[in-house]
Amino acid sequence: MSKTFTLDGKEIPFEDGQTVIQAALDAGAYIPHLCHHPEFPPSGSCKLCTVKIDGRQTASCTRRAEAGMTVESDTQELNDERRSLTQMLFVEGNHFCPSCEKSGDCQLQATAYQLHMLTPHYDHFFPNRPVDASHPDYLLEFNRCILCSLCVRASRDVDGKNVFALGGRGIGTHLTVNAASHRLADTDFSADDMAAKVCPVGVILKKRVGFAVPIGQRTFDKKPAADYVDSRLPAKED
Amino acid sequence: MHSEYIDPILERYGHNPTKLMQILRETQEHFGHIHADAIDHLAAKLGITRAQIESTATFYSFFYLEPVGRYRILFSDNITDRMLGNMDLLERLCRQLWIERGKVSEDGLVSVDTTSCTGMCDQGPALLVNNRAATRLTAERVDAIAELVKNQTPLAQWPAEFFQVEDNIRRKDKLLGSELQPGEALRAALSKPPEALVEEVKASNLRGRGGAGFTTGLKWEACRNAPGEAHYVVCNADEGEPGTFKDRVLLTSYADKVFEGMTLCGYAIGAKLGMLYLRGEYRYLLDPLNEILQRRRNANLLGSGILGKAGFDFDIEIHLGAGAYICGEESALIESLEGKRGNPRNRPPFPVTHGYLQQPTVVNNVETFAATTLIALHGGAWYQAIGTEKSAGTKLLSVSGDCERPGIYEYPFGVTVAQVLEDCGARDTQAAQVSGPSGVCISSAEFGRRIAFEDIPTAGAFMVFDQSRDMFEVARNFAHFFAHESCGFCTPCRVGTSLQSNLMDKLHNGHGSPYDFEEIKKLNQLLLSMSHCGLGHTACNPVLDTIAKFPAAYEKRLQHKDFTPAFNLDWALGPARRMTGRDDSGAHFKEEATGETP
Ligand SMILES: Cc1cc2nc3c(=O)[nH]c(=O)nc-3n(C[C@H](O)[C@H](O)[C@H](O)COP(=O)(O)O)c2cc1C
Ligand code: SF4
Ligand code: SF4
Ligand code: FES
Repeated sequence: MSKTFTLDGKEIPFEDGQTVIQAALDAGAYIPHLCHHPEFPPSGSCKLCTVKIDGRQTASCTRRAEAGMTVESDTQELNDERRSLTQMLFVEGNHFCPSCEKSGDCQLQATAYQLHMLTPHYDHFFPNRPVDASHPDYLLEFNRCILCSLCVRASRDVDGKNVFALGGRGIGTHLTVNAASHRLADTDFSADDMAAKVCPVGVILKKRVGFAVPIGQRTFDKKPAADYVDSRLPAKED
Repeated sequence: MHSEYIDPILERYGHNPTKLMQILRETQEHFGHIHADAIDHLAAKLGITRAQIESTATFYSFFYLEPVGRYRILFSDNITDRMLGNMDLLERLCRQLWIERGKVSEDGLVSVDTTSCTGMCDQGPALLVNNRAATRLTAERVDAIAELVKNQTPLAQWPAEFFQVEDNIRRKDKLLGSELQPGEALRAALSKPPEALVEEVKASNLRGRGGAGFTTGLKWEACRNAPGEAHYVVCNADEGEPGTFKDRVLLTSYADKVFEGMTLCGYAIGAKLGMLYLRGEYRYLLDPLNEILQRRRNANLLGSGILGKAGFDFDIEIHLGAGAYICGEESALIESLEGKRGNPRNRPPFPVTHGYLQQPTVVNNVETFAATTLIALHGGAWYQAIGTEKSAGTKLLSVSGDCERPGIYEYPFGVTVAQVLEDCGARDTQAAQVSGPSGVCISSAEFGRRIAFEDIPTAGAFMVFDQSRDMFEVARNFAHFFAHESCGFCTPCRVGTSLQSNLMDKLHNGHGSPYDFEEIKKLNQLLLSMSHCGLGHTACNPVLDTIAKFPAAYEKRLQHKDFTPAFNLDWALGPARRMTGRDDSGAHFKEEATGETP
């Protein structure tokens, strides 16, 4: 008999060493998240997965599950704050969904829908981040980066290449690639890399396939984010 | 070409990537910036990627990947520097040198900009020139500096008094008032087993002086009991909280006490290595501190078999920071010690079990270590009797702002704010900001409150504002500070501190409305509940405190209606009017809808 905790009143079983979000997603319970990925060690940076455990808020992707803990997640208070976080991510970068080829496959967009985000609310920062189209097969549209570090972790931990890193500090934090020219073409990045498939938004984009799947038939057009327990499904072809 | 100057540096640091910060700093000394080809060379020799090196280098304010002026002048921009006129002096220097703030002069000679508080608040306005601290700036001094720069006079030949840093100790108590012969406290401790020292520190009830106030004895005990390949002692001398400068004074005139405290800790927890994390702003203390370490090695107070105690081997290294407030947070500090960006780690695990290189590590403040020498000498019970029930011992306060005698004041815990104000010669006081921007703002109604963990806890800053000061501008300065120093790791703080700082600027520019108050309150709630570390948790304190306690300072900035956009269409047409030379009524936007005139 495995150990359990309760999430919004529901019993969630877990194995020793699992985090709260891992156990929840395995049990088919959705907790909004952007920087968590089942195959990587947690980062804990987006804070969307924040839950309340015994009255205290904490990121569920970095918190180990313990038997008997009471976890609140789907509450108005938490969802309001999560919506503010997605709004912050929208105004920090340049996200023009109607013209983005990731639209419908984008986890930020789907999460915003899930949280009923209707406006960006905050003043836009309108950063100026030039696109890198140097690579023959891939494009980097930095304007949409939400600094989740998934590509960094994939390239480091799976591909063993360290193509990506986060540089700068504060609001100046940005994605950088491993080349003196700072061009993707001058790195050993390849289409076979895990890092090529992991971006939850429209930064690391495969060229010439943009609208192969029409809008309306895309991942999150079929089911909302909450119905994808492993919401990295866009990477898998069906 | 780069191997010539870099290889000896790499040799000295054993080609160890965890020493990246020190390697970068010394590499930078060659050209004044870290040359792009130098990064490739370092990457090849250290076996890490250039992206990893850039990732670290671009995190810290004092590393430069682009050429900067041969003279890099950074004005300290804490509110106390502002009150002493630093902005006028900055403009004056820019005018004299014919340059724009933040830009390198065309001949590459000089650049002038601001930096966060440099810890010279009792002798400001201050600046850093090529990381050297200059104090007590005046118009004359600034003019002289302009001449020295124009004549390209080497820093070593600048008048020594420019760089003079005073201790300004105004009140001594148990810690500053006692003499310690180097080795005296160690000898007392070494006569008993390490467990006995841990027990004394526990009995003393000493709580950490870095802000959070965790019981030092418990920390040492937990670390001692944690299994690991090696244990480490880390002294937190990052002292980045604006308004704090007590650790600077301890390291200037009481370094033996600090090092002896670290050595005591090494004995207590079974560590062989201690590291002092010295903030980059205190670069000038590096050589004197290294000399003291050497002296202590020569006296067998460091090294192997310390004071004849077989098996007690302990040494201390100094790690120099490079301008990042967040590195005062203990887990960010450890990341930085390992050569990485200063992002706070996920906790648990805590440093006492998984600290430096994932090994058990004690991180304590400079003052905490110094205080342990008193405990080793006089015993825990003696120390525990000083101060108040929950706050044993004495506390150093760094007093600055509107008072006659700024400087260091040591008091037993429990002293009232009013007493401190009287002692430092403050008159007509409107407010005191205790423990820096992340602390609390105390208005005159509360001057009877006490400095102690039971009432007002503090890391040591005490800034005084008289009635002439605009508390809104105080809060705005702090908001800019937090936005500048957020590490950027987590969404709520990275974006939230910038939004807050922009909102304060909106109010400052006369576009504020009650709506913006509500926004600030909502932001605070979000930062408090969602942020990853203490910086985000406290970043809204100064704004909320001043809204609550000095509402008039805000009200006078409001246009009284529900909402004012930050964007004003008529002002936005200004450049077009200038370009076309038109200023007739047709070139103005009329806000008929609202009836407002800008
Ligand atoms: C943003 C932030 C900045 C900090 N800066 C410092 C600092 O400059 N010096 C310091 O001793 N502690 C600082 N701290 C507290 C440290 O994390 C840690 O609690 C302290 O060094 C432990 O030492 P102590 O127990 O002796 O106080 C900071 C904490 C935070 C969250
Ligand atoms: S590029 Fe994509 S995966 Fe990488 S940090 Fe940005 S948003 Fe995350
Ligand atoms: S709260 Fe701020 S300083 Fe702390 S981790 Fe988050 S971004 Fe960094
Ligand atoms: S998913 Fe947990 S912080 Fe991002």
